[in-house]
Amino acid sequence: MSNRRPYVRSMDGWWKRDPYFIRYMAREVTAVFVAAYAVLLLVGLVRLGQGEAAFNGWLQYLKTPWMLVFHLIVLAVFCYHTWSWFNIMPKTMPIMFVGGKRVQPGAITGTGLAASVIACLAVLFIVRGMS
Amino acid sequence: MADTEKIIEIQVLRYRPEQDKEPVLQSYKVPFTDDMSVLQGLQYIKDYLDETVSFRWSCRMAICGSCGMMIDGKPKLSCKTFLREYYPQGLRVEALAHMPIERDLIVSVEDFVTKLESIKPYIIPKEPRTLEQGEYLQTPQQRDMYEQFSSCINCMLCYAACPQYGLNPKFTGPGVLALLHRYNADSRDGGQAERLGLGYADEGFWGCTAVGYCSEVCPKGVDPANAINQNKMNSAINYFTRFVTPGGADK
Ligand code: SF4
Ligand code: FES
Repeated sequence: MSNRRPYVRSMDGWWKRDPYFIRYMAREVTAVFVAAYAVLLLVGLVRLGQGEAAFNGWLQYLKTPWMLVFHLIVLAVFCYHTWSWFNIMPKTMPIMFVGGKRVQPGAITGTGLAASVIACLAVLFIVRGMS
Repeated sequence: MADTEKIIEIQVLRYRPEQDKEPVLQSYKVPFTDDMSVLQGLQYIKDYLDETVSFRWSCRMAICGSCGMMIDGKPKLSCKTFLREYYPQGLRVEALAHMPIERDLIVSVEDFVTKLESIKPYIIPKEPRTLEQGEYLQTPQQRDMYEQFSSCINCMLCYAACPQYGLNPKFTGPGVLALLHRYNADSRDGGQAERLGLGYADEGFWGCTAVGYCSEVCPKGVDPANAINQNKMNSAINYFTRFVTPGGADK
């Protein structure tokens, strides 16, 4: 008679098991903030469609203390979001060669981060130029 | 300097199906020297303290892939991990996570082996060649496209690192998908169509959410997360184009 009785361990609370998993979950949670902020911007677009007064009301709302705090939190979360996604980006790219040399993961992450910084600065300058 | 003998505490997660309802920790005091691996610590236990402790090993040099276990919660090859790193606090060894425990530190490999066979882990020649025609030639760059993925030793550490596999054992998993890619990325191989069905299935590449820990724990630098995720783009293109290419939907 076989004594086999394979034991399957529970996955409850798996993400607390390793700091690596906690960082992964943190990365996933940041996506919720990105979605929330997209909704906020969409509301702004709707208000814009409703006329100048409505849009200015929305702008005023953004300047309330709670909204300023919210923006600071979102800024920090977005920084982590950007870093964590460009950090995993090399895993999503095929093996590439430039001048016969393999492109290193650090170069891909660095390029991504640089591109996002440049994009942010560009948007900032464009907005400054308009106002 | 002669090594003075030190004593380290090794906690072993025991599971004896005939007597234990569930796994229990058992502690052993093991004399060790700085050059001793965790595997050697376990061998000391088996030889001198408790012959009933069960674990797998063979090569003792990080190439056979049989001695993987959780060492203080991290998937590692026990022959490649040294006891001295855990001195003086001691260490805890457990069977590889996410796989059923057969006995003590031994997990069931059935699932892994079945999946490995399913992806046809061998070269299916693109064009049949006779001996007279000579070998299949390949440039160094063509070799680079798959070489790192061919370093896999089937140790399953990546499975113990993959929460998606733990949550859904139907997921083909990092190591096997890396090997799938290893053969598909080989310029001599013509079996892509046969393997990609498995890769593009829900249990294939898309079961991965890019946690990335598999690549972190792999003792051979295979980077399974890369092998998997670089296929998602092609899989997405395939998914959308099959509706527009004649007969594509049947593939
Ligand atoms: S990919 Fe790495 S960790 Fe996974 S089975 Fe192969 S050698 Fe082991
Ligand atoms: S005993 Fe072979 S890999 Fe450790």
